[in-house]
Amino acid sequence: MKKTFVYIALALTAFACKKDNYDPPSSTLSGHITYQGVPINVSSKDVTFELWEPGWGKSGAITVNVKEDGSYSALLFDGNYKLVIPRSQGPFRSITNAETKTDTMLLTVSGSRDMNIEVMPYYMVRDAKLTLSGTTVNANCKLEQIITDANARNVESVFLYVNQTQFVDGTNYLARAALNGGDITDLANVNLSVNVPDNHSANGASGDQDYVFARIGVKISGVEDLLFSEVQQINLK
Amino acid sequence: MVLNFLSDHLITRSMKKYLLILTAVISIITTGCLKDDEFLTTDPTNLLTDDAVWKSSDLVLSVLADLYDRYPEQQTITNWAEFTNFDEAFPSEAGQYWRTKQVDYPTGWWSLWDYGYIRDLNLFVQKCQAANELGADARARFLAEARFLRAAIYFEEVKRMGGVPLILEPMEYNFSGDPTYLQHARAKESDIYDFVISELDSVKNVLPDDAGIKSRATRGAALAMQSRVALYAGSIAKYGGSTPLVSLPGGEVGISADKAPAYFTKALEASQAVITGGKYSLYKKKAEDLQENFAALFYDKSNNPEVIFVQDFKLKSGKTQDWTLANQPWSSAEEQQGGRVNPSLNLALQYEKLDNTFAPFATNNGNDYVYYNNPGDIFAGRDNRLGGTIMLPGTRFKGVPLDIWAGVMYWKDGKYNIISGDNFGDRDSIPVAGAPKSSQVVGTDGPVDGLQYSAQTGFFVRKFMDPTVGSGQIGTRSDVWWIRFRYAEVLLNAAEAAFELGQTGLSSTYINQLRERAGFTTQLTDAQMTFDRIVHERRVELAFEGHEMFDNKRWRIAHKVWNGENISATDVTSNLGKADRVNTMIYAMWGYKIYHPGNANDGKWVYRIVKPSNVTAAHRFNLGNYYSVIGSDILSNNPKLVKNPNH
Repeated sequence: MKKTFVYIALALTAFACKKDNYDPPSSTLSGHITYQGVPINVSSKDVTFELWEPGWGKSGAITVNVKEDGSYSALLFDGNYKLVIPRSQGPFRSITNAETKTDTMLLTVSGSRDMNIEVMPYYMVRDAKLTLSGTTVNANCKLEQIITDANARNVESVFLYVNQTQFVDGTNYLARAALNGGDITDLANVNLSVNVPDNHSANGASGDQDYVFARIGVKISGVEDLLFSEVQQINLK
Repeated sequence: MVLNFLSDHLITRSMKKYLLILTAVISIITTGCLKDDEFLTTDPTNLLTDDAVWKSSDLVLSVLADLYDRYPEQQTITNWAEFTNFDEAFPSEAGQYWRTKQVDYPTGWWSLWDYGYIRDLNLFVQKCQAANELGADARARFLAEARFLRAAIYFEEVKRMGGVPLILEPMEYNFSGDPTYLQHARAKESDIYDFVISELDSVKNVLPDDAGIKSRATRGAALAMQSRVALYAGSIAKYGGSTPLVSLPGGEVGISADKAPAYFTKALEASQAVITGGKYSLYKKKAEDLQENFAALFYDKSNNPEVIFVQDFKLKSGKTQDWTLANQPWSSAEEQQGGRVNPSLNLALQYEKLDNTFAPFATNNGNDYVYYNNPGDIFAGRDNRLGGTIMLPGTRFKGVPLDIWAGVMYWKDGKYNIISGDNFGDRDSIPVAGAPKSSQVVGTDGPVDGLQYSAQTGFFVRKFMDPTVGSGQIGTRSDVWWIRFRYAEVLLNAAEAAFELGQTGLSSTYINQLRERAGFTTQLTDAQMTFDRIVHERRVELAFEGHEMFDNKRWRIAHKVWNGENISATDVTSNLGKADRVNTMIYAMWGYKIYHPGNANDGKWVYRIVKPSNVTAAHRFNLGNYYSVIGSDILSNNPKLVKNPNH
């Protein structure tokens, strides 16, 4: 008698498991946020976009984080998605999609897919040159204004950040220099310099690290997220 | 008996018999129930029906008591850790250090969508209106109280979420399969503010005008709330323009600037109604000790003239609070815990010197320290609200002297060296020839960096702390009330509204009353009334009363104050009194005892500014924090809702 109960219980458990389980998502959607194919660098953990998969009971977005170098990746189930970049995200504007006539992009995921998302940045940081002289990091770059119509915005300030790790942005920095937007005379020739703190190599966290990372950040007025140049490693020795 | 009998059979007899018995038992039980014809219509014995409740004003009062109990709060004395989110205080408890280690505030942290509460209030209003068997006076008061609470929850909703659907009737689902008629769009932010203001206007004349009533709604409470509500609306209208991204085209978030003067006028009128009403005044019972006077204002529950509306507690009733238990200094602790809320140096520095100037505490004189005879001397000559809000080294709590110092500085090899301990009041031997074998090297209250319950910033909180014996015991706890509205805030509201309306003379009159109570002898002139001054006065008067974040939000300076940038010790001590000074990281000030036998400074005290090692991140208030995120479950239930901006 007892044995029968045990068998029935086991059988029920086994069936239940089989019925409830389905394969985990296996398709990777990845790529970069780009302007004319050039990745747009942003700060870490600040910029996201949303994927919506219509057809299910309640709707909720899958939030995809954009990494510092403008890349993203999401592990998804195959299906039809809608991609939208919320208006407040990133130092750029969405491009009106030809198919939907809005900022929403229709997307079919069937197996892994590499896809760049084209946007219209307010500016691009071009030809960023970061060099070391003594203990000072000097930066030179060109700010190319991309949006010049009614939606154009001014540069509020330009920053040069230095950090011990590859995460270099407004909340992750060891030293920083700032230049007011109003003080920039020539957007094609922006110069900044910042001193690498003496104590950084003696800092317990980094030991005798003899290099730092640096990049330029641009705060555009009326836009929350900063635009960045690519992270560069600066060897101190 | 039956169970034993059954289980015996289960084991020993055949299955058939077991089933037979089971069937018999079940049929006995079911027929027993069915015998009673009234099975489905019997009145329950464990709950009261509407009919019974709405005949008796005592029972209605208990329904109302539950509604009072659900009054929305964010920072409050029963939720100490919330006070440590915004660099006003450091959380000295091992499980709470994450609060000073995370950069961003999650956008849903103070999200509020409490339509369950709103529905219960609407039901109460509806049923109360129909309750003919209650006395007319009692009924009118109950109704006004429920509408007061409904105004309060809508104010809390609009503060956190912006305009929300304005539902004033309890909605019922008709089971038709189509719920769309229950879905309502968000009202404009200004509409909710207007609703709250007009509700308070209509209930203020019904509610009792009695300053002796503190825990139920009164005319004073309605006016005090109205003055705060109108001030919030006015400042959002005025300062919303500085953050154009924080708005929605439909007005669910953002109020147009031309409405600001009307709101400020309303705020001033409501405040003046309280002031000229003459029922309330500033607490000045202990004029001989102004620090003690300011502290007593919060714990003195007998005939307190300043207190307008509270959440009350009562000993031995099950409704007590544990603020004193959570924050008692180790030196006088009644349990093996306490000391959790450690006010930051950043806050302590906001308190001016009594000559109306801002100055950092004098720790250094050139390259040398400043030496003090007593630990408390460095705080002398300050705004008395400093010592009334914060327990300072060198003062007492419950008659026991506080023992807050971080270590001994001993002179050796031509310089000061530090010896300290790693537990409360540790002893050690100072490594100098001739020193005693064992002496205390750290205060009984700490600070010890990273040791929970020790004064890791060098301070403990004093506001709302209960000096009664037993208040720090788990078995007793405290009945000090949580003050939601008090007269001083009404004065500050009046001062701010008058300032925004260009009446600086009136503004300074109100502010000077508070400053006089705090011990200032030189009055502020009309010309000294600035926005910075208004912000500053609220910050020091209303610290630990739940205003800081919501104030910075309505002035639209929160994203500047918490901008995510690291600050240094120099940053902490500069720009004092500036409204938008960066305040992203908590700093501490630790005292040291000098051991230098034969020297004039031996036995004196010096102070150092340090950053607790658990403060690792600079706080950042994003534009998306101005109005909290509306959850995706709420959005998908009601497609008429628009999302808040910047999420």
